[in-house]
Amino acid sequence: MESQTLYRTGLTGEAIASELLALPATKATRSRATPTSETRVVQRVLIGAALAYFALLVLTPLIVVFYQALRKGLEFYMIALSDSDTLSAIRLTLIVAAVAVPLNLVFGVAAAWSISKFDFRGKSVLVSLIDLPFAVSPVIAGLIYVLIFGLQGWLGPWLAAHDIKVIFALPGLLLATIFVTVPFVARGLIPLMEAQGKAEEEAALVLGASGWQTFWRVTLPNIKWGIIYGVILCNARAMGEFGAVSVVSGHIRGATNTMPLQVEILYNEYNYVAAFAVASLLALLALVTLAVKTAVEWRSAQGAPQ
Amino acid sequence: MSIEIVHVTHRYANFTALHDVTLQVRTGELVALLGPSGSGKTTLLRVIAGLEHADRGRVLFDGVDATDIAVGERRVGFVFQHYALFRHMSVRENIAFGLRVKSRKVRAPEAEIRRRVDDLLELVQLQQLDERYPHQLSGGQRQRVALARALAIEPRVLLLDEPFGALDAQVRKELRLWLRSLHDRVHMTSVFVTHDQDEAFDVADRVVVMNEGRIEQVGTPGELTSRPSSPFVQRFIVDSRMRVPG
Repeated sequence: MESQTLYRTGLTGEAIASELLALPATKATRSRATPTSETRVVQRVLIGAALAYFALLVLTPLIVVFYQALRKGLEFYMIALSDSDTLSAIRLTLIVAAVAVPLNLVFGVAAAWSISKFDFRGKSVLVSLIDLPFAVSPVIAGLIYVLIFGLQGWLGPWLAAHDIKVIFALPGLLLATIFVTVPFVARGLIPLMEAQGKAEEEAALVLGASGWQTFWRVTLPNIKWGIIYGVILCNARAMGEFGAVSVVSGHIRGATNTMPLQVEILYNEYNYVAAFAVASLLALLALVTLAVKTAVEWRSAQGAPQ
Repeated sequence: MSIEIVHVTHRYANFTALHDVTLQVRTGELVALLGPSGSGKTTLLRVIAGLEHADRGRVLFDGVDATDIAVGERRVGFVFQHYALFRHMSVRENIAFGLRVKSRKVRAPEAEIRRRVDDLLELVQLQQLDERYPHQLSGGQRQRVALARALAIEPRVLLLDEPFGALDAQVRKELRLWLRSLHDRVHMTSVFVTHDQDEAFDVADRVVVMNEGRIEQVGTPGELTSRPSSPFVQRFIVDSRMRVPG
C-alpha cells in the first residue's frame, strides 16, 4: 500500500528503491523517531547522494584543474605563469579587485546602514536596485556599458573627442566589475543589521554619543564579521568575473585581459598547460576564499552572542 | 527635575500615536504610564527622551523648553525594553560608554571613570560580573546593567520602557521592590511604561492611564481605584483588580 502511494506521486525509480529499503527500518524505529527525523538508511542515502553529486560536479573539476596545470611538472607551470601577458593579466586583475572591492565595501555599508536603520521614500527601489546585478546576466551588464560609453554609444563621440577611453580600457573593466559585485557586501549586511535593529544605536545616542561615535563604537563592531564575509565573496567574484568583463575588455593582450580572459585565450590557442596554470591560480583563490570564509563563520559563531 | 508635556501630538506614517497629550511630572516623582499595547505610552516616553520628535507640542524640562534639544544633550537615562546592551562590550564597558563618548574637554580621566563604574556596579550589585558579556547574563542581571549604564551619565530624569516586561514573575517582583527602593534613595524623577496594573500600582507614586493615544486619567493608585473618571479606566483598572485578588 505504501509503495502504491509512492508510485502515484511519480517518484523516480531510484528514490522509490531507497524509500522501500528504508521501510522496514521505519517501522522498527517509529516509536522513538521525532516527526522530522528520518531513519538512518534514508539519512545515509540522502547524505551519500548529496556528497556524490558535489564530488562529481564540483570537486572533480577542481582536481582536474590542478592536475592539468602540473601535468608537465612544476617547471612548465612556473614558465607558463611568468609569461609577460599572463603577468599583466594577473596585475590587471589585482588592480580591478583593489578598486572594486573597497568601493563596494563603502557603498555596501552605507546602503545597508540606510536601508536597515532608516525609513525613507524609495527604500524598496534601492533594495531592488542592489539586487539587480544578481538578476541581470553579466554579459548584458557589459553590453550596457558598451552602449553608453562605446564608440557608437551615447557618450562615445564626446569621450573620443576628449581622448578618454572607457571601453576596451581599465575604466570599462572597473565599471563592469563593480556592477556585478555591487550586491555582495550590502546583501549580506542588510538582514544582519535588520535583525540587530536600532536599539543599540538609540542607546548610544541617548548616552550622548555622536552619530560618528555610534557608527564606529556600536554599529561597526556588531557587523564586523558580516563585512569581512561580504568582502571575501565580493573579492572572489571581482577576480573571477568573466562575462561582463569579456564584453568591455576588447581582449587586448598584455593590456586589457584579466585572468579569466587570459585563461580563455590560452585555452583557445591549445596552450593547455598555461591555461590551466592561470586557472589554478583562480582556483587557489577560490580555495583560500573558502577557507577564510569558513574561518570567519566559525569565528563569528564563536564570538557573536545570540 | 520636573517634566512638562504640553499639547503633544505625534503621528507615524498613517497612525496617530499621541493625540494632544498634556502631562506634568513633578520633581522626584515616580510615574507609571499604564495602558494596553498601542495606547501610545512608549511613544510618549520616546518623545520625552528625544528619540521621537513630536509633530506638535512642546516638552519642558524644569520649565525650560527642551523640544529642540538633541537626544544626546538632554541628559536622560533611558532603559530600553530589551535593554539594548552593547553586545560586543563587557558589563564594565557598557556602563562606561556614556562617560567615554564625552568630548575630550569634559571627559573624566580613566581612573575617575573606573571609580564611577565601580560605584555603579556596587549600586546594582554586579561587582563580580564586570568582565562578563551581555549574553552571559540572566535577564535580571541585564536589566540592572542597563540601569547602571543609564545612571552613569548622571541623568536628570530616568525613563524606563517596560522595565520588567521580559523577566519571569519572581525576578519581576524583586526588581520592582528594588527599583522602588532605589528611587527612594536617589529621588530621581522617573517615568516608566507598563501594561501591568499591579506593577504600576506597586511601584509608582502616580499612574497615568493611557488609551488610543490619549490620557484617560492621572492619579494615585488610590484615586484611580476609588474614582475612575471614564468607563475605560473603570474597565481597565477597577474590574481587572477585582478579578485578580492580591
